[in-house]
Amino acid sequence: MSQTGTDRVKRGMAEMQKGGVIMDVVNAEQAKIAEEAGAVAVMALERVPADIRAAGGVARMADPSIVEDVMNAVSIPVMAKARIGHITEARVLEALGVDYIDESEVLTPADEVYHIKKDDYTVPFVCGCRNLGEATRRIREGASMLRTKGEPGTGNIVEAVSHMRQVQSQIRHLRGLSEDEVMVYAKDNGAPFDLLMEIREAGRLPVVNFAAGGIATPSDAALMMQLGADGVFVGSGIFKSNDPERFARAIVEATTHYDDYKLIGELSRGLGTAMKGMEMSTLAADQRMQDRSQ
Amino acid sequence: MTTIGVLGLQGAFREHVRSIEASGAESVVVKKVEQLENIDGLIIPGGESTTIRRLIDKYGFLEPLRDFGKQGKPIFGTCAGLILLASEIDGSYDVHLGLMDIKVRRNAFGRQRESFEVDLDIEGVAEGYNAVFIRAPYIEGVGESGKVLATYNGHIVAAQQDGYLACSFHPELTEDHRMTAHFVKMVEESKKSLAL
Repeated sequence: MSQTGTDRVKRGMAEMQKGGVIMDVVNAEQAKIAEEAGAVAVMALERVPADIRAAGGVARMADPSIVEDVMNAVSIPVMAKARIGHITEARVLEALGVDYIDESEVLTPADEVYHIKKDDYTVPFVCGCRNLGEATRRIREGASMLRTKGEPGTGNIVEAVSHMRQVQSQIRHLRGLSEDEVMVYAKDNGAPFDLLMEIREAGRLPVVNFAAGGIATPSDAALMMQLGADGVFVGSGIFKSNDPERFARAIVEATTHYDDYKLIGELSRGLGTAMKGMEMSTLAADQRMQDRSQ
Repeated sequence: MTTIGVLGLQGAFREHVRSIEASGAESVVVKKVEQLENIDGLIIPGGESTTIRRLIDKYGFLEPLRDFGKQGKPIFGTCAGLILLASEIDGSYDVHLGLMDIKVRRNAFGRQRESFEVDLDIEGVAEGYNAVFIRAPYIEGVGESGKVLATYNGHIVAAQQDGYLACSFHPELTEDHRMTAHFVKMVEESKKSLAL
């Protein structure tokens, strides 16, 4: 008997994306540019995060016709975003046949308390996390893939770096704890005890963890890989640069060869202007997307 | 010692390394063309075939990989790797390495929500093998010198031809190393015959 939607099938899908770049696109044309540049998947959106930020108001799931156009345009996997806690948007995306759903803080949350119970779905989910508590809660809800939250649409890598370092550092800390200490650690971090024990044993998360939220240059992508990311999401960084095709190709190559600094130097030479970007201290508290979920 | 490379441009290559080592051979991640000289066999892993192909072109891997296969050194392609090995791809897609006489169909079982796992019998390799299919291709036809090793719902999902081994599923995603061990044996035998 064959089984669909198992952990192995859903987590395995993310395993296949490792070492790759997932790019935000808003139409079929951008999706083709992304595929041609070597993206491992595209995220179909109505607006990239920088534009969501600029537009204000409530950001929702994309129009299904955009998602379908993108699905018809490329043969690589297509992801799409649902609002946090928006069970129906997620079911609609599943019915459309998207390959992965991002339950994302980039959109305005539909539920300020509960995330979607993701293990009820056949389609796999990716969620953002800033620390091991958030990571393990999302995994226990059924996320098959994680990513740093970073601060989307800012073109500033500082938050993604902080979130990746935090998760890695907590895993290293966990490995040195005794079982009774893990129980207190679980309580303090709101993390499921059994999952922490599993991570302590394996020395790593049971799902892949990509970098996201602020990657704007080939060096940013390579930095995140160096810090232990399994791959990268690039949101506004590509189609908000002045030469999307070149940026896309350069970021793909820098992700593959993240420790080949001569190559990254070459890739960065005369690349043109990256997206403008924002300094974190200029961002008001209510503009911080990463704080929209715990 | 037999050394098997895993093409490490993109995809689940570290899992293959673990599986090779568990099967008693040495393994190395291949990111540069020169590394092909020091290995006895190669696994082309699962990942996104379009991405891997782009990086193969970018770093001049295409001809060196073809030469590697033509020297008689074994190559094992899993999922995306199978697509890269094939001599014919259904639809309008360009052929990649074209080393193995098989015709494949991409994303043949559907999108991710149709991805599945199932227990398969693989001829001469394993019975009751837990095979994980992720947006998997299948083989529509195998050339005269090829041999079908496994089918699912009437579709060919594993085949072998001379030094080439290909499967639609992901042997690296489980703890069952029988498929990898089969390839390690192929490489050991080819190493002996190439040394003669």
